[in-house]
Amino acid sequence: MNQTGHYDEQRLGELLRALRPVPQGWIEAAQELPRVRREMDDIVARAVADAEFRRALVEDLENALRAEGYEPEVIPLDELRRRLDEN
Amino acid sequence: MAVRIHTYETAERVVIFPRVLGSLTDAKLVARCRTRDDAAWSELVNRFARYGYAIIGQGLSRRAADAEDVFQEVFTRTYQHLDRLRNDEAIRPWIAQLTRRLCIDRIRAGSREQLSDEELEPREMDETLATLDESLDVHEALAELPENCQEILDRFFSRDESYQTIAAGLDIPAGTIASRISRCLTTLRVLLAGRETVPDTS
Repeated sequence: MNQTGHYDEQRLGELLRALRPVPQGWIEAAQELPRVRREMDDIVARAVADAEFRRALVEDLENALRAEGYEPEVIPLDELRRRLDEN
Repeated sequence: MAVRIHTYETAERVVIFPRVLGSLTDAKLVARCRTRDDAAWSELVNRFARYGYAIIGQGLSRRAADAEDVFQEVFTRTYQHLDRLRNDEAIRPWIAQLTRRLCIDRIRAGSREQLSDEELEPREMDETLATLDESLDVHEALAELPENCQEILDRFFSRDESYQTIAAGLDIPAGTIASRISRCLTTLRVLLAGRETVPDTS
């Protein structure tokens, strides 16, 4: 801001430049978090209820997920493994 | 086959109500997110994505390869902590501190040696953060301008696009870009000046 308390054009330009665009894929991945969390809840619940599904997950997590129509690329697999161990 | 809970209803809400969500205060937006409103969460990510990204850019200046991991971790933890926030209105400083801490953790984890404070975080980080806060205020004001002004100012300043690129992207004559930018900046200045009214204490 300048001495009168208002922004001059140069300062405004600097402030507009300070926040750069984020790669779109990063934003989309963050926006998908709620869906991914729900999918993880769904997977864990199914694994608790279905011993066969659980065994498939433990044997080969990524392929078992893919075979069931999930996208393992977007699921935090380490966290899912931990939750499967806990349940 | 997995049941996809990501419904058309949710997708429609994103399309129909973006302006409504965009006008919510931070506290109200957080409250909406807490009800597991996917559209509200998308707006929250949009609102703070550039801010977090800029902090990461400063905090991880020498470790750019880790930036995406930290960015996703910031929003994962934010989502997980929605129910435990003590002050919804303070979501911005909460995200800022979380981002700083995750950057430091990442640098520390990637180093075999004991690092000094200066190596963990630039000395001028507080000052930088104050500038980014001010910048976010300006961007929030920008969001209140007509869409053509938002677009042209964002393209020119934030995306570093040339007059020619902007003209081609917006299908307007290149010779009018400078004057449009100037007019939009004036509108933005007026809007910001209106926000700076000093309370009457007499």
